Amino acid sequence: MAELQFREAIREAIDEEMSQDENIFIMGEEVAEYDGAYKVTEGLLDKYGLKRVIDTPISELGFAGIGVGAAMNGLRPIVEFMTWNFAVLAADQILNHASKVKYMLGGQVSVPIVFRGPNASAGQLGATHSVAYDSMYAQFPGLAVIYPSEPDDAKGLLKSAIRNDDPVIFMESEQMYGLKGEVSEEDDYTIEIGKAKVKREGDDVTVVATGKMYHIAKQAANQLAKDDVEVELIDPRTIKPFDIETVIKSVKKTNRCVIVDEAHPFGGMASEAGFLIQREAFDYLDAPVQRVTLPDVSAPFSKKLFDLWLPDAKQVIDAVNAVTYRN
Amino acid sequence: MAKEKKEAIFAPTGLKNSNNGKIDKSVDLPDVTKKKHDDLGLSDEDVVKMFELMYLQRRFEERAMQMYQKGKFGGFLHLYIGQEAVSTGTVFALNDDDDIITAYRDHGWGLVRGVTAKEGMAELYGKVTGCSKGKGGSMHFAKAENHFWGGYGIVGGHIPIGGGIAFANKYKENDRVTACFLGDGAVDQGSLHETLNMSQLWKLPCIYVVENNGYSMGTAASRHTVGEIHERAKGYGMKSAVFNGMDAFTVYENMKEISDDVRKEGLPYFVEVRTYRYRGHSMSDPGTYRTKEELQEYQKIDPIERMKSYLLDEKIIKQDKIDEIQDGIEDEVLEAIDFAEESDFPDDDALYEDMFTGTPYIHDKQ
Ligand SMILES: Cc1ncc(C[n+]2csc(CCOP(=O)(O)OP(=O)(O)O)c2C)c(N)n1
Ligand SMILES: [Mg+2]
Repeated sequence: MAELQFREAIREAIDEEMSQDENIFIMGEEVAEYDGAYKVTEGLLDKYGLKRVIDTPISELGFAGIGVGAAMNGLRPIVEFMTWNFAVLAADQILNHASKVKYMLGGQVSVPIVFRGPNASAGQLGATHSVAYDSMYAQFPGLAVIYPSEPDDAKGLLKSAIRNDDPVIFMESEQMYGLKGEVSEEDDYTIEIGKAKVKREGDDVTVVATGKMYHIAKQAANQLAKDDVEVELIDPRTIKPFDIETVIKSVKKTNRCVIVDEAHPFGGMASEAGFLIQREAFDYLDAPVQRVTLPDVSAPFSKKLFDLWLPDAKQVIDAVNAVTYRN
Repeated sequence: MAKEKKEAIFAPTGLKNSNNGKIDKSVDLPDVTKKKHDDLGLSDEDVVKMFELMYLQRRFEERAMQMYQKGKFGGFLHLYIGQEAVSTGTVFALNDDDDIITAYRDHGWGLVRGVTAKEGMAELYGKVTGCSKGKGGSMHFAKAENHFWGGYGIVGGHIPIGGGIAFANKYKENDRVTACFLGDGAVDQGSLHETLNMSQLWKLPCIYVVENNGYSMGTAASRHTVGEIHERAKGYGMKSAVFNGMDAFTVYENMKEISDDVRKEGLPYFVEVRTYRYRGHSMSDPGTYRTKEELQEYQKIDPIERMKSYLLDEKIIKQDKIDEIQDGIEDEVLEAIDFAEESDFPDDDALYEDMFTGTPYIHDKQ
């Protein structure tokens, strides 16, 4: 195991894959000469040259689409968005094209492309820079959606994403890039897309959380352990396909579940997982499934309101208390 | 015959590969106007006021930067320092009820359109007394009652909105002109091109002004966009202009002429103003993409210093009056900081306020 920052784990995944396959290239705003807005791509230009590490203008729709076309025609692009909040401009290419081309053309072509970048909020950046888009993309057929929480997951899943022959949405977090964690040094380390990981075992309640929210949930779990409430913490890592089996297995043991989701409440991962749990494990539940999400309002700038807006460990603890009838 | 194969290269290269130490200026500045203020129809008082406004923008931002560095508030902070002649020349050229909209580099624009130093500073601090009640922060200064429609954070997102404001003005036949400001980086967004086409097609009374400050984040204009920006207008059969944005008189002269034309002809205009930003893109910018020498070249022609010299050379006011103005503005900015520090944060209930005008349709409110 090596200790790496999240950004380094991502860089390693890209680097290893690029060194093995000449058809892989990376493009995005400031990825080359500036070494990446968040230094994820640092050093890649020097190593792979201008042909394969490409700075783009601020033309998200255009370069996402150029990526799709290049993928159809035999390349394997990695398209970096400065954040997923800006990928909204490229939504047509991702949703109407990348996800649908293969199906529309009766399987004649494939679109092996990875769209990646930081998701959701990163402090007080205001309403247009703070949205979690993982659940939204998961609503569309034809895409895999990955939002890992730790460097090891990031590396293994990104390598799998780059090798995947279909479009993958890969999400990171500005606030996690500096996060350190043990990363497998196994040769050619990959993690299967669509597999959750039980990251903490416990008998009292199942908590499901990924991405930045995983760390909030982990804080809550540590806090709750002091009160002898043992949380089983599951990180789905992949929003789609969603590994409901792992969650159900846990819920059948704990009989209670809280889902922490960084998106707004309507139709997100929390509602989908909640629905599946009631369908698959109805008789096992001792309390209604609870969720912790953003409220149904846009991100405010003011620090005070922002802190109120973003889910925190206390909200997770409250939800756990609700499902364990401890309050 | 076999051609020698060169490696395919896509994006143009920049600093790392060219320039051999010579100063590669990122924007070439056209000449400034030779006219004196009275030839331009500006009174002595106007010129003094212009100086005051520019100095206010500069000191407001310099102080804001200090407060940011002291950790008084968070978020982004994109400074307009260096570009103040553009906002200042423009507001003097436009009517007070003409409309202005811009991107996130918006403090200067707010201040010239009636956001007070207090309201501006409080907004940076996220206080309820801010111009946008602390909901927007640095990127979303606005004063709608003064026809300043705000700053917007998605590059290119506000360009069609500028067109839409102009559409409403034409619809209401109210003779107002809209000025929509965008960065050189925003020129690369499709939204500009869709909007330019529709504006010419529908004859919208709007001036689209590119503030070409040489860089889009760390990317020099020549590395992110092709040709001359102002020439984009040709493809749409739109009138265009390019002028120096480091001199308030030049901005004033051109924007006056252009806005008169737009008002009279009812047709849009595409403008490139060449200027320069002195500070980093935002606060975390290491600035490795340009040389110190390049920056100094532009600081030598600072618009505020130029105006100060003009006031003295033309004997409009004396040095002691300039000192007095500067001291007054310094006090105004310091008072604004006190005001921001002492103001309250919004109430918790404010989280759910301002989402809707009518019934708040909020899902699953806990
Ligand atoms: C759609 C979108 N893409 C990317 C960004 C990130 N970003 C913010 S400002 C900026 C550079 C814009 O440069 P320019 O238009 O020249 O304006 P300037 O900052 O020079 O005023 C970038 C890439 C964004 N805010 N929105
Ligand atoms: Mg610029």
